[in-house]
Amino acid sequence: MSIEQPRGSHDLQQSESGEVEHPERFENPGLPPHRPRLGDEDPKANKRSEHQVVVLFVISIIATIAAIWGFFAFPVDGLQVGNVRMSTLVIGLGLGLGMLGIGVGAVHWAKTLMNDHEKVEERHPQRGDDATRAEAVDIMREGVEDSAIARRPLIKGALGTAVAIAPLSFLVPLIGNLGGDWDISKFRHTAWASAPGGGRRYLATDPTDRRIKASEVTRGSMVHVQPWRLEEEENFLEEKTKAVVILMRLDPKLLKEPEEKKDWSYDGIVAYSKVCTHVGCPVALYEQQTHHVLCPCHQSTFDITDQAKVIFGPAKRPLPQLPITVDEEGYLYAQSDFHEPVGPSFWERER
Amino acid sequence: MTAATNAPAEKADPRLAAAADFLDTRVGISKIVKEFARKIFPDHWSFLLGEIALYSFIVLLISGTFLTMFFVPSMAETHYPTDALPVTMQGVQMSEAYASTIHMSFHVRGGLLMRQIHHWAALLFVGAMVVHMLRIFFTGAFRRPRELNWLVGFTLLIMGLLAGFSGYSLPDDVLSGNGLRIADGVALAIPIIGSYVSFALFGGEFPGDDIIPRLFTVHILLVPGLILALIAVHLFLIVWHKHTQYPGPGRTQKNVVGFPLFPIYTAKAGGFFFIVFGVIALMGATMSINSVWNYGPYDPSVVSAGAQPDWYMLFLEGSLRLMPGLEVVIGGFTLSLAILIPGVILPGLLFTFLGLYPFIERAVTKDTGEHHLLDRPRNAATRTALGAGFLAVWFVLIGAGANDLIATHFNVSLNLITWIFRILFFVLPVVTFLVTKRICFGLQRKDRELALHGHETGRIVRFASGEFIEVHQPLDEYERWLLVSHDSPAPLQIDPPEDANGVARPGYKKERRWQKLSQFFYEDRIEPVTPAELAAAQSHGEHDELPATEAHEEITSEDSAGQIEARTH
Ligand code: HEM
Ligand code: FES
Repeated sequence: MSIEQPRGSHDLQQSESGEVEHPERFENPGLPPHRPRLGDEDPKANKRSEHQVVVLFVISIIATIAAIWGFFAFPVDGLQVGNVRMSTLVIGLGLGLGMLGIGVGAVHWAKTLMNDHEKVEERHPQRGDDATRAEAVDIMREGVEDSAIARRPLIKGALGTAVAIAPLSFLVPLIGNLGGDWDISKFRHTAWASAPGGGRRYLATDPTDRRIKASEVTRGSMVHVQPWRLEEEENFLEEKTKAVVILMRLDPKLLKEPEEKKDWSYDGIVAYSKVCTHVGCPVALYEQQTHHVLCPCHQSTFDITDQAKVIFGPAKRPLPQLPITVDEEGYLYAQSDFHEPVGPSFWERER
Repeated sequence: MTAATNAPAEKADPRLAAAADFLDTRVGISKIVKEFARKIFPDHWSFLLGEIALYSFIVLLISGTFLTMFFVPSMAETHYPTDALPVTMQGVQMSEAYASTIHMSFHVRGGLLMRQIHHWAALLFVGAMVVHMLRIFFTGAFRRPRELNWLVGFTLLIMGLLAGFSGYSLPDDVLSGNGLRIADGVALAIPIIGSYVSFALFGGEFPGDDIIPRLFTVHILLVPGLILALIAVHLFLIVWHKHTQYPGPGRTQKNVVGFPLFPIYTAKAGGFFFIVFGVIALMGATMSINSVWNYGPYDPSVVSAGAQPDWYMLFLEGSLRLMPGLEVVIGGFTLSLAILIPGVILPGLLFTFLGLYPFIERAVTKDTGEHHLLDRPRNAATRTALGAGFLAVWFVLIGAGANDLIATHFNVSLNLITWIFRILFFVLPVVTFLVTKRICFGLQRKDRELALHGHETGRIVRFASGEFIEVHQPLDEYERWLLVSHDSPAPLQIDPPEDANGVARPGYKKERRWQKLSQFFYEDRIEPVTPAELAAAQSHGEHDELPATEAHEEITSEDSAGQIEARTH
């Protein structure tokens, strides 16, 4: 058909061997004869199909009425969950069967009762014939000539530039405003730096916001922590997103702590950022036998005994550690902010 | 209908005539009817896939309009009323978006139904698009003149993913918030502008107060508007090109065989819309989906284990999970390859391959004709195998997206599962490619057998010589045509590297590269049966071997794509 291709040489062989010449390819035999349906020959079957179509449409009518009845029959302004369920079910079944009745009826009608003789239509190539193409070229050429653009390159250049930059007066304000104050240095600071007014920032339970005594932190459990009284501050959610911490008490002998971080923990209690260094989910699962924490999003696993280094999964960097200590009454507070940005990596992170 | 055409012409209903006259004198409706009402469309179940996509989109528009009446796209803090359902949420602090979502689920009649219909329709919409695209791919419907419509469809698929993701994020529950957080993490990994992209998305730091109102506009205006416009172009082009048809007796590149738009397709396709709507409505009525009150409002410190995104996002999730931690610092700047590769580069490559495939194949075949007859997938072995290999990559990624579920379900370590998927990611596509190609050739050979020798009848006959043979029933010409009508393209032929004078030809290197690719596609091939072969097979009798030389020529192949074994008994 459309593809020119070398053929195998068997046709040649055939003719050489002196037999009848065969065409290179088979001939299209044309449409096969029409096979009549049951209903085309048997008026009873025809009548039956007609009845079926009517029944299907009637089912639809009944279902729609049922849906409307369901709307009134099951009010949902009270506290009965059962009514919510029934309302959903009855309106839904009514709607569904109402639609299906119409649909199945129409298709059944088309299949059994409408003329099913296949028809043939010619196709025409997409490409215009040569005369049309030539004419189109002439028209365009004439138009270009009428506009005199070819002889006035200055117009072309000026118009091109004008059109190209015109969208900027829409795009610049749009994009310029999207990012608020664009102060990406916010990625570097969290609420742990200090409490408002410069006081100590205590560790508190999340979400109950009670301060935590070192003595309450038992081995084997993990405490979810947020900065104390953060809820009352501005941008609570944004600050909480960066500042959530997990707190665990381990046997101090198990902790591998480098010299400069020796005093970041308190009596085997360590605090790490809860924000996964992969793409930022909260690392929420603690395996107390192995002292691993696991991020449920993509299963990065961090080893708490060894500075929360990654031992499995797509994260690369350890969870940042929050230096903590206790006050006179034994409440835990942050010595300082994290010493590096928390959460996912970004381009300027090391800067 | 048949009866009606034979009956004496009925008198036209005067009101109908008046209406027709009104329309004709205002918009020339008679010309439109003449042009389109009896347009022929071919029939095949696989042509319904695009329709399912179209109709589930309409269901999305209808159910979505309902939802906009009751949803509040705001991140302002509120407390859920203490006298409303569900009891677990009474007095809980949450955003207006979340509060309005659960309120409409419990206290708007039909609200939960419409939410569930909307979500099921979204899953079906993307699913139908994907399967529709597969059918276009495997049957070669994307070939000239339909390459542009392939691109329109491809854009529709991406818009569909965007619509799905933006919608999933609106209720502001724990799952949707974590989905956004992951998107934020991927945005941050973009080199140079990543931090600013994140700020631009969220109007500042994550989560901010802007993302839900912004996504709302994207979800209910921007993306659906674009989809609607693209669907209009898509459908216009289908009518303009006329639909492709499967090969068969009476069907050619120059005709289209089928049924007229009015009344057959008006009833069938129109009816099918109601069927799709009906099925989705029944799903919404009986199968709960995304019961957000079980997850709780978004809180940056809460995550639920085993949470899955909607299925069409799983491949991204899986690709993020498979990647080992990899990050480099260049000149003080951080390049987070662990996210960039699986989150941006890999999907970019996969989608680029998809979008450009028609153009790649055209360059390889240097084919200049129009194609209106579809390929049977077996007859385009390399394309089919490439498609299967592509699917294999995709399924591995989806599997990896569910690795935690697999691990807990089958009680194996996550480590092991992840490593298996990492290996499968590289191995499975290649194996799938090779096996699929083999299977295609096997089927082609079976077709040849069938065309040459006919159906087995199960009747055994004994000859005087003592030999047994099975009697074969030859095919009728209609059945045979399907097996013999396709083309089997050969690799590109190019001119030698030097011209007649021994001077190196300039374009040779480039041509040679295309030829290599073309050989990859068409080196192995099996020619369809020719009339001469059929005559030979019939005259030599059922139990004769075909001449060995001839059998050899069927296959021009380096590897032993297989010789045609003549049937011997
Ligand atoms: C919003 C999503 C989509 C809708 C509503 C839609 C709808 C349709 C419909 C109704 C048809 C005619 C029937 C059929 O062949 O199935 C069609 C044909 C077609 N579609 Fe789509 N489609 C969508 C997405 C896609 C995608 C993702 C692709 C591929 C990238 C695609 C490529 C095509 C092509 C090339 C045709 C012409 C095929 C032919 O004539 O056989 N479409 N589409
Ligand atoms: S966000 Fe923690 S592993 Fe991906």
